[in-house]
Amino acid sequence: MLAVCVFGNATAKTHDLYPSHEGGVIARAVSGAQAGDTLRLHAGVYQEHDIVIRKPLVLIAAAGDEHKAVIDATLKGSSIVFVRTSGVTMRGLVLRNVPVSYMNDNAAIRVEGAQNGTFENLRIDNALFGLYLATSANCHIVGNVLRATKGNESSSGNGIHLWRCDNITVERNDVHGHRDGIYLEFNRHALVRGNTSEGNMRYGLHFMFSDSCAYEGNTFRNNGSGVAVMYSRFVRMTDNRFLNNWGAAAYGVLFKDITDSYMAGNHFIKNTVGLYAEGVNRTKIEHNEFRENGWALKMLGSSSDNVFRFNNVIGNSFDVTTNSFGSENRFIHNYWSRYEGYDLDRNGLGDVPFRPVRLFSVLVEEQQPALVLMHSLLVNMLDVAERVIPSMTPEALMDVAPSMKPFEITTTKAQTAIRKN
Amino acid sequence: MKTIIKLTRYGIISAARSRWILGYTAFFFLASEGLMRFGGDTSKAVASLLNVVLLLIPLVSIVIGTMTVYNNRDFTELLLSQPLKRGSLFAGQYLGLALPLTAAYLLGVGVPLLARMGSTDSVTNAGLVLMLLASGTALTHIFTALALVVATRYDDRAFGLGAALLLWLMAAALYDGIMLAVIWTFRDYPLEMPVLAMSILNPIDLARTLVMLKFDVAALMGYTGAVFEKFFGTALGMSAAASALLFWVLAPFGLGMKIFAKKDF
Repeated sequence: MLAVCVFGNATAKTHDLYPSHEGGVIARAVSGAQAGDTLRLHAGVYQEHDIVIRKPLVLIAAAGDEHKAVIDATLKGSSIVFVRTSGVTMRGLVLRNVPVSYMNDNAAIRVEGAQNGTFENLRIDNALFGLYLATSANCHIVGNVLRATKGNESSSGNGIHLWRCDNITVERNDVHGHRDGIYLEFNRHALVRGNTSEGNMRYGLHFMFSDSCAYEGNTFRNNGSGVAVMYSRFVRMTDNRFLNNWGAAAYGVLFKDITDSYMAGNHFIKNTVGLYAEGVNRTKIEHNEFRENGWALKMLGSSSDNVFRFNNVIGNSFDVTTNSFGSENRFIHNYWSRYEGYDLDRNGLGDVPFRPVRLFSVLVEEQQPALVLMHSLLVNMLDVAERVIPSMTPEALMDVAPSMKPFEITTTKAQTAIRKN
Repeated sequence: MKTIIKLTRYGIISAARSRWILGYTAFFFLASEGLMRFGGDTSKAVASLLNVVLLLIPLVSIVIGTMTVYNNRDFTELLLSQPLKRGSLFAGQYLGLALPLTAAYLLGVGVPLLARMGSTDSVTNAGLVLMLLASGTALTHIFTALALVVATRYDDRAFGLGAALLLWLMAAALYDGIMLAVIWTFRDYPLEMPVLAMSILNPIDLARTLVMLKFDVAALMGYTGAVFEKFFGTALGMSAAASALLFWVLAPFGLGMKIFAKKDF
């Protein structure tokens, strides 16, 4: 074995590893290495699993062998790598074939009770869970590609799974085909930024009981049920894209019991329901774009004190629905493509209020089969009549000064809005 | 049979000579061409055209149908004095009306839509366009047949035209009102199957449902959509829909024929 000084640390060594027929190469190297050593994996397939790391080590692919050093569990064991200590770094490796288990959460990389871990530029194929972090803090999960292909909701796991963690950064990952793309439960201060979560069986992003987390610039596309976000406070979702979540129970974003949160610069395009809000309170939703959704916004009566402003609501089948007669929320200065008012004083704001709830949407909310009458002459006439004299739609739910022109939803604008906020 | 063909040809020629059929074709052509050109997207164009088709085709078919029958009254009486079968006369009259109207619709809507169906368009879009064309054709035939019933039954022009318009209003709007009232009254019950049945009974509703199910809109409809899609996706459902439409052509046609055969001109 080659001993080389790295990082100017006199005691840290670098061990070069090559695949061997004997097997257990990595496990032996891990147990033989000193804390702070680097294991450099050269190209080839290492058939190993359940490698437990109990000291701070660096596992990387050798230069030029990125994504060529493969750790293949051959569908055996539970985890491939089990990190039980702080300061572990893994970079540039391929991990694959983690077996399905209905009892254990088998993961390509399982991390427990660790601080300052870095998991970067990894490729994880055909794993039950991809990266599974529990009771860890200050870790970075950056630039990984996770692909799962098999299974159904019950026989598959989450791509990036964070349980009871603090201050984790999940950035520029690409998750495809898992149950939930990115899953957070009981987290604090997580930053989820620039990820792509696509074609997952259930949710692209799923978090619960995770306060003070930020989600920026992610793309969630074509997931079974979109994105579901529950029981959290101080959530910030900015500049995300929620696209093509189309199905009987699919949502761009499902908000349930979310308080004191902020949503800006997001695009909701072609979802069955753009934003579904149940029990959402004191949340500001501004500078978002809702385009070509079935329902742009479904805000149930249990939501109150929310502000919905400066949003573009364009070409949706239904703009807003609710199941309540009152409105405890403030809708103001949004651009509604259905608005037919005028602006005589030319201040850019319509002079007559806009009521975004259609009579027909109230009927549909009450009895879904009524949807067969969508686009019928009668329904259109009823909507016009109702707009003039509201009788069944919540009279108070209105935008008193809608914008005449659509807003330009750009990242920078959202950023300014955030700063002002 | 010869009589039918001759009369049909007469109907087509006289329709081609009149300006309304040209205007009708031109309107559909401009509407679909414009929607395709400015909307750019086949499915969007079909969505916008759907309303036009569902409203205009029944209205134009029934109004033009009644008016033509009234205008041709003298000619019909002349023919009746000849040794011709009344059934053939009636059938010829029907086809002479329905065929030019159908041709006008298919040309006006079909040409711009199908011509622009590039390789970028999916099979779904092709199905959508075909469904729109098929349901428009069915509606033309249905409302022409209804027009013949009305015009044969009532000799008074004004009354006949009024009855025709009422029929159209029934099918286009009032029926939906009844449906809504039923849905609202029984909103606490599962209504998927009754609504399904009701939407099959009215040809305009049936046409709209068939086209809408070709859109993604089924997902919007949640459970209802699933029930509908499941029903119309099966051979049974499709044949139920087709036979409902066919019934709406044949029933008025038969009724009109019966009235025509017994009528004392």
